[in-house]
Amino acid sequence: MNALLVTLPPYAADLAIVAVVALCTLLTRVLPFLLFGRGGRQPAPFILYLGRVLPAAVMAILVVYCLRSTGFSAASGFVPQAAGVAVVAALHLWKRNDLLSIAGGTAVYMALLRLL
Amino acid sequence: MKELKFAARQTLPVLCGYIFLGIAFGLLLQQAGYGWGWALLSSALIYAGSMQFVLVQLLGGGFGSLVSVALTTLSVNSRHLFYGLSFLEEFAHMGGARPYMIFSLTDETYSLLCGVRVPPALDRKRTFLCISALDQCYWVTGSLLGNVLGSVLPFDMTGIDFAMTALFVVIFIEQWLSAATHAPALLGLGFGLLSLLVFGPDAFLLPALVCTVLALGLLRGRIGPAVDPPAKEADAP
Repeated sequence: MNALLVTLPPYAADLAIVAVVALCTLLTRVLPFLLFGRGGRQPAPFILYLGRVLPAAVMAILVVYCLRSTGFSAASGFVPQAAGVAVVAALHLWKRNDLLSIAGGTAVYMALLRLL
Repeated sequence: MKELKFAARQTLPVLCGYIFLGIAFGLLLQQAGYGWGWALLSSALIYAGSMQFVLVQLLGGGFGSLVSVALTTLSVNSRHLFYGLSFLEEFAHMGGARPYMIFSLTDETYSLLCGVRVPPALDRKRTFLCISALDQCYWVTGSLLGNVLGSVLPFDMTGIDFAMTALFVVIFIEQWLSAATHAPALLGLGFGLLSLLVFGPDAFLLPALVCTVLALGLLRGRIGPAVDPPAKEADAP
């Protein structure tokens, strides 16, 4: 495989890389459907249970993921993130308007990035 | 089309995030010597944000073999394995749109589709398709803008991508308020933080997901009764 990349002209090797990345990405997305979603039969109850409880768990993990680079050595490393999330949560619990919560929190975050 | 209008409003936070993350990706690609064709190709065919940033490093062959390219991609995107599980039934009813719905299930689209409450007056399948397609349009547009205009862009929008974090927080709160049990959210939060402490910011995502799935499996006897639909009504929307 190494030899293949070396002998191809540069643009062809890059095309091959894009193709492999695209196919492998697609594979990770399509696999659950290939394994559990075909043939007209109902997926196992356990799989359906996982599908129902995963969104709440995944959303918590994605929030952690977005904030993963938060650092605590300087105020500028965590205050914008903490204040941004707090404003989003407070606005949302108050008004339940998603765009208002997102715009408010993002504005506070961007302002603090520049002030600190 | 009412569905498109509704989807446009729902996807507004992703518009902010994708346009500016897309610009960052397009710019990076341009600085590595790759023009708009490459930006279009990768955003249209790969359509996976974090992986496309890795792709910029892989292009040019500096990374070695296609096998290692494949392994890198599989590990960076392995979290997607879990997303499909929530839409096995929903997508099964989407006919010709099903392949595209599966292909385009990014983190952000997954979150929107999990959280969206489609008004009864709208066609649910069409709304789902509009949300997925609009999200990819934003991403493609952003990467083209970044690649073509690049460093000419005059405004400093540093931090606008926080809109995506905010979107996840909002969906998390909505799910929390409507949940029959908070156990899944708390397990995700707990294992997310624990895994971040143990594995560090670059490697924590997959262990966090795997531990959460295992815990959810082990606790099914406790959590299941709260979330399983009453027998016989499983097909009602």
